[in-house]
Amino acid sequence: MKRSFPLALALAGALSVLPSLAQALDGTLKKIKDSGTVTMGVRESSGGLSFTLGDGKFAGFHVELCQRALADIQKQLGMSNLDIKYQPVTSQNRIPLVQNGTVDIECGSTTNNAARQKDVSFAATTYVEEVRIAVKANSGIASIAQLNGRNVATTTGTTSVQHLRKHQRAAGVDFKEVYGKDHADSFLLLESGRADAFVMDGQILAGNIAKSKNPADFKIVGEVLSVEPIAIMMRKDDPAFKKAVDDSLMALMKSGEISKIYDKWFMQPIPPTNTRIGLPASEATKAAWASPNDKPMEDYAKK
Amino acid sequence: MSTWDWQVFCKDTIDGKIVPSCFGSGGDITYLDWLLSAWGWTLSVSALALLVALLLGSLMGILRTTPHRGLVLLGNAWTELFRNIPLLVQIFLWYHVVPALIPPLRSVPSFILVVLGLGLFTSARISEQVRAGIQSLAGGQRMAGLAMGFTLPQTYRHVLLPMAYRIIIPPLTSESMNIIKNSSVAFAVSISELTLFALQAQEETSRGIEVYLAVTGLYFVSAFAINRAMLFVENRVRVPGMIGGGGH
Repeated sequence: MKRSFPLALALAGALSVLPSLAQALDGTLKKIKDSGTVTMGVRESSGGLSFTLGDGKFAGFHVELCQRALADIQKQLGMSNLDIKYQPVTSQNRIPLVQNGTVDIECGSTTNNAARQKDVSFAATTYVEEVRIAVKANSGIASIAQLNGRNVATTTGTTSVQHLRKHQRAAGVDFKEVYGKDHADSFLLLESGRADAFVMDGQILAGNIAKSKNPADFKIVGEVLSVEPIAIMMRKDDPAFKKAVDDSLMALMKSGEISKIYDKWFMQPIPPTNTRIGLPASEATKAAWASPNDKPMEDYAKK
Repeated sequence: MSTWDWQVFCKDTIDGKIVPSCFGSGGDITYLDWLLSAWGWTLSVSALALLVALLLGSLMGILRTTPHRGLVLLGNAWTELFRNIPLLVQIFLWYHVVPALIPPLRSVPSFILVVLGLGLFTSARISEQVRAGIQSLAGGQRMAGLAMGFTLPQTYRHVLLPMAYRIIIPPLTSESMNIIKNSSVAFAVSISELTLFALQAQEETSRGIEVYLAVTGLYFVSAFAINRAMLFVENRVRVPGMIGGGGH
């Protein structure tokens, strides 16, 4: 971490007799140490990854991973007290808020892709999302090809539409896109019969089905439309902070602790309604844990 | 922080490659094509909803000033029903709730539903303005018309409405501009208009600032064009000496 700044290097070199105290801090780590606080960007409703419990409290798989990483950083910086502030973000404002310093670490459901890597940096991928199709169990639809001429729902402001369009062109399947305002709205389109299928991230589909009046009426079918690495997001060009977060996450991956945390949020009943999402870790997610990396989505598509 | 990248509008919506002409061909579209089509949807929704609103709003506003208690009640009930429910809620009622109660409505395209929803919401506001316009006229005008031997409809047609409409052109202008802006709720029921374009395109391209600026510009241009058109109408129909006509 000292190599990134010549001044820091010089300083650290000069004070190397006191190695632990003399670590020249910069970027986010310095900000955390100086202010005694850190701001975590969280989502109101991103399935089991990051969601609100109401009353300004947030929880989820990524929120817990961030809490653990920040606890490690607190220890590393030798701070007796670290105040974590939670800042809800949306898919529209999350990148600007990380860039301008409002949010130090974003723990939601951000896809790591090449375009975003120009603006921000990502920790090692902790979750791999697969875009799937949810249909009514009695509809008889089992693949994308069967969607020809049907209405397909998806949520405005998500990348799923793009995958759908790509498949539409590649497979020559002609369907009508129906946009829901949010995931709950899209699911209502499927439930009320306005749409024959709902295309979205697997965990969001599983979560909505789990919460529906009659979960047995719906099922997730067909091919995986796209594979997206979801990761914790941080400011760009802050290698010291990224390393600190990555080290903490990799320790969890190595010890297998991460799969216990995953089970807690995706397999066990979770607050506030105590329903289970019921989505076991996918092979792609397990692969990301086995060999930690921060490769963008484009690298997954190549496979 | 970041530099401008207006090339984003020349990108193909599927593979994200920049198309030299900025317009797609052979069924593929660029973001610019999509933006213009979204603008078309915004204008179509607004224009049709305005038509519905002006017709029904005028009718209800007139009913509320007639001497018949039943008609006044109808006009009042209409106005209060549609102006006391938030617009977005009304749109959802039309889209999700009404078709569940009346199954044949399920096959009605969401475009028609949103035109109706927005039109009826605005008709309540126009009804209020038409009523205010008519009631702002001296009571003697109506009596004079009736005393001249006009029937009640003729009194409205030839005496009251020509003056009332001239008086309410300014609030009608605001309402017509509002309808352009309010048409953004149509995104909630899957109309591919400017707001839906903005939400979707900024997510796909990561160039939110450019996308929102372009959309803001188009909303402004559309609303401002209505403002200028209505100003032209206001000046054309002005009758010097008449109430609201201005003496200069």
